[in-house]
Amino acid sequence: MSTALVTDLTIFVLALLVGFEVIGKVPATLHTPLMSATNSIHGIVLAGALLIGVTAHTVVGYILAFIAALFASANVVGGYVVTERMLKMFRRRPQPQVQAQPHPELDGKGRS
Amino acid sequence: MSGFTGDIQLVYVLAAACFVIGLHLMNSPASARRGNQVSIAGMVIAGIATLILLIHDGTVTAAGWIVLISGALIGSAIGLYAARTIQMTAMPQLVSAFNSVGGGAAALVAIYGYIESESNAGGVLGTTTVFTVLDVIIGAVTFSGSIIAAGKLQGLVPSRPIIFRGSRAINAALAVIAIGAAAFMLTTASLPALLIVVLAALAFGVMLVLPIGGADMPVVISLLNAFTGTAVAMAGFVIGNWALIVAGALVGASGSILTKLMADAMNRSLANIIVGGFGTGDSAVAVEAAADAHVRSIAADDAAIQLAYASKVIIVPGYGLAAAQAQYGVAELAGLLEDRGIEVSYAIHPVAGRMPGHMNVLLAEANVPYPQLKEMDEINPEFARADVALVIGANDVTNPAARRPGNDISGMPILDVDQAKSIIVVKRSMGTGYAGMENELYFNPKTSMYFADAKKAMAELTAAVKTLVG
Repeated sequence: MSTALVTDLTIFVLALLVGFEVIGKVPATLHTPLMSATNSIHGIVLAGALLIGVTAHTVVGYILAFIAALFASANVVGGYVVTERMLKMFRRRPQPQVQAQPHPELDGKGRS
Repeated sequence: MSGFTGDIQLVYVLAAACFVIGLHLMNSPASARRGNQVSIAGMVIAGIATLILLIHDGTVTAAGWIVLISGALIGSAIGLYAARTIQMTAMPQLVSAFNSVGGGAAALVAIYGYIESESNAGGVLGTTTVFTVLDVIIGAVTFSGSIIAAGKLQGLVPSRPIIFRGSRAINAALAVIAIGAAAFMLTTASLPALLIVVLAALAFGVMLVLPIGGADMPVVISLLNAFTGTAVAMAGFVIGNWALIVAGALVGASGSILTKLMADAMNRSLANIIVGGFGTGDSAVAVEAAADAHVRSIAADDAAIQLAYASKVIIVPGYGLAAAQAQYGVAELAGLLEDRGIEVSYAIHPVAGRMPGHMNVLLAEANVPYPQLKEMDEINPEFARADVALVIGANDVTNPAARRPGNDISGMPILDVDQAKSIIVVKRSMGTGYAGMENELYFNPKTSMYFADAKKAMAELTAAVKTLVG
């Protein structure tokens, strides 16, 4: 067994254990954003997709590189944006729904 | 590993550290946003490092750059559009779609790597073949399985379990084909064999998700999430990239934890869910009303009196609430009660939505502050102190029958709604939930049924409370 493989396996196992430890502490309230966040993290496969480009010199190579880059970037960009969108909604106190359009009748009697 | 590649590997480790720290910050809603931003920073670092590596390498052709850049731009635009426009009720579909493309990309990376090294004189190394096969199988199963799951959630594929004669034989055949082709690849580098593995795995992914019912979707999504992570980690082994290995392992761990939590919350084993045939989908079967002689129904005015003069109200939302788009109405009613000094909290069962934590997001969107959202273990002891438990769109997770042995939901952890002093159930009809069982809660003398669509009921109750106290 090569040293590189042993190193890779070590990293994999330790990362798994760290993952169990860290994610076990995430409260149920945040499980959807968590899943969406981990979704964007596996978008790191974009790095793998881009590295295809180093050796791709054939039509098949280009096609695979294109699809992989497309999939992975949709994954990573969409994942982060939607996670951010969700997390923004989690507030400790209720806030007026729309700040851009002031509702005079709602002002001053927010529920906080 | 050349010196430069080694340095870049260190940058990838930095990115991986950002992912871990980002996930760690998600242990509280207060720091979760910062966590996501740390994670984004890690991703940007990894992206820049990869670009530097590509430029430094200098072998990317002009066509290669065009392909990569256009792919990344189009993909980003699609991802951005989907993320910006998606309804929160449709989050499970989006997560499924991202699982799908993530798994697909991971499989493609390995397929490309195999094509590339197969043409080399030295052939493919044995260990690389193992990881390639694992990546391709898991990635392809995730790709097709997630598409079916998203289709079921979106209603494009019937959400009821689809089981047909001979499906087990087909599954067995697919497994034999995939394993046979993979075994052949260990002795001889063969691209056709890899393609056979890909096709068998794609078909297997479809066959895996088809028999699973709509109610089991939280488990399926979590499982496919774990698969995607594992596929990405395998891709990391194939190309020797630590960032992919660490990120994949983290996602694999997260998906596994959530899968277990969801399966436990339904008191069903993973094997039982995958065999399928339980979650019968969104159409609740109506039971003949004649048998329901002991059910007491209540009008808006009486329900409003109970709510307005309570000192503690616990709201028990289920997926029906989101399906009726009633979360804003609930939040309005709850706000009205809070203005009167009534303590309002929400009891959230782990499988209340279509994916883990889904209900919390839906309520957060409706401006419900997160400290009011209580997990099952936290809220259950509080029901005894509650004057009114208001059940909206939740069914099986409130059925006291789960405490007794000998029925379909025996042993399933439930919300102790029946401990409350008074119970109001908002429901369209006496239809049963996914388990197809009568809910004994409805026949409890303390329970009154408010027969209406959730959205309409919330509007009526809010109006009635306003009239009463205004």
